[in-house]
Amino acid sequence: MTKEFKRHDGRGLKETRKIVAKVGVVPNADGSAMFAFGDTVAIAAVYGPKIMHPQHSQDPEKGTLRCTYNMNSFSVSDRIRPGPSRRSTEISKITGWALDPVVMINKFPTMVVDVHVNILQANASTRCAGINAASMALAHAGIPMKNLVASVSIGKLDKTLVVDVDKKEEDFEEGEGATDIAMSLTGDGDLTHIQLDGHITSEELKEAVKLGQEATKEIIEIQKQALKKAVQEDEE
Amino acid sequence: MTEEKRKIVVPGETIVEGDDYLPGENTEKRNNKVISIKYGLAEEVQGLVKVIPLSGTYLPRRGNVIIGRVENVLFNGWILDIKSTSNGFLSVAEYPRYLDKNSLDEAMDIGDLAVVKIYSINKRGVDLTLKSRGLGKIDEGVIIEVNPNKVPRIIGKEGSMVGLIKEKTGCNITVGQNGIIWIQGENIEGELLARKAVEFVAANSFISGLTEKVEKWFEENGGKK
Repeated sequence: MTKEFKRHDGRGLKETRKIVAKVGVVPNADGSAMFAFGDTVAIAAVYGPKIMHPQHSQDPEKGTLRCTYNMNSFSVSDRIRPGPSRRSTEISKITGWALDPVVMINKFPTMVVDVHVNILQANASTRCAGINAASMALAHAGIPMKNLVASVSIGKLDKTLVVDVDKKEEDFEEGEGATDIAMSLTGDGDLTHIQLDGHITSEELKEAVKLGQEATKEIIEIQKQALKKAVQEDEE
Repeated sequence: MTEEKRKIVVPGETIVEGDDYLPGENTEKRNNKVISIKYGLAEEVQGLVKVIPLSGTYLPRRGNVIIGRVENVLFNGWILDIKSTSNGFLSVAEYPRYLDKNSLDEAMDIGDLAVVKIYSINKRGVDLTLKSRGLGKIDEGVIIEVNPNKVPRIIGKEGSMVGLIKEKTGCNITVGQNGIIWIQGENIEGELLARKAVEFVAANSFISGLTEKVEKWFEENGGKK
């Protein structure tokens, strides 16, 4: 690692952007949450468990977790075309897979838990913010879970590993260029999802996962505090 | 209710550690630790640790008395919306009187409310009955809806809270486990007072010593001596 690497916004290598987390942002939903990494803002709403429709998708053995990810057309400066796309379908699946190992919905046969993730504002790491919001929203909805899940993106900019990549860093082109590694971990530090685009050696990847473990620990703490704060506010 | 301080927990959080504790409702034991699997309030009574959930839809249980709204009338019974994960089915055989097959809607029509009891739950759904004391169609009174997770506090320990509200307002109150509450009194003033009292309990459900608070509330807001 080169010591003199400086991030364009002056952050430390292991520093995330300012995190804001809040639950109960969608009163109509059974559970909801907002999660922001700096300019990346995601909200998640959870409905259910409820009977799965269409009927042919019902699983009589266990419950299903159904996630949808959507980026609002105004979330980026170049208006993105609304509606499902290849990218959003993929991220919907990834969000579901990242959360599936922790949600305990085996006892809800033929039922579905719907998780809707919306990106209000995007500046890279939107899937991570979405997963973080979804994890809090699921807990807020009273869904039984083994643990919370936190997600963070680790970037390899040239040869330096950094935590929580933003748009400018994602487009980094000097040296070896940028590798973006999105990963999700449970509160116990177990991986539930990892993705990467670009080049990386296996040693660097191990190092990146370690960084991810450290960063998600902090994020889980923030998620916990947000959930607890919501009850205390209710009491007053 | 225990006087000790209850702790807010989130899924995956360790509540207590050690051999002396048993995992109760909404908890799990992992490596000698009792861990919460729901978002709620952790409580420990004589070594049994449980979590009272703060949120979530009502999950039907056998024997629960609930209030449902007729959603559809079939040839052999009624479909009731019970504010849960699935609808309930009330068979005509579980209606206490003989009914002509063509006149089910005269007994209960779409939109009518009824106090029913869950007598079985199977993979196809929830089966309801009307054959028990205190069950039947609702003809008059006030209906309010609360979060089903607050129902235990509205009922209170051995019915102490609902008993107090009944006594102070002179109303008859049926609390459905699914969070629908039926208040029936002699006059509208009593019913409205009872409704306000129930809403007060629901809004302050996490305060300890709530029964005393409600007694005080009645002193301020009127009610029978």
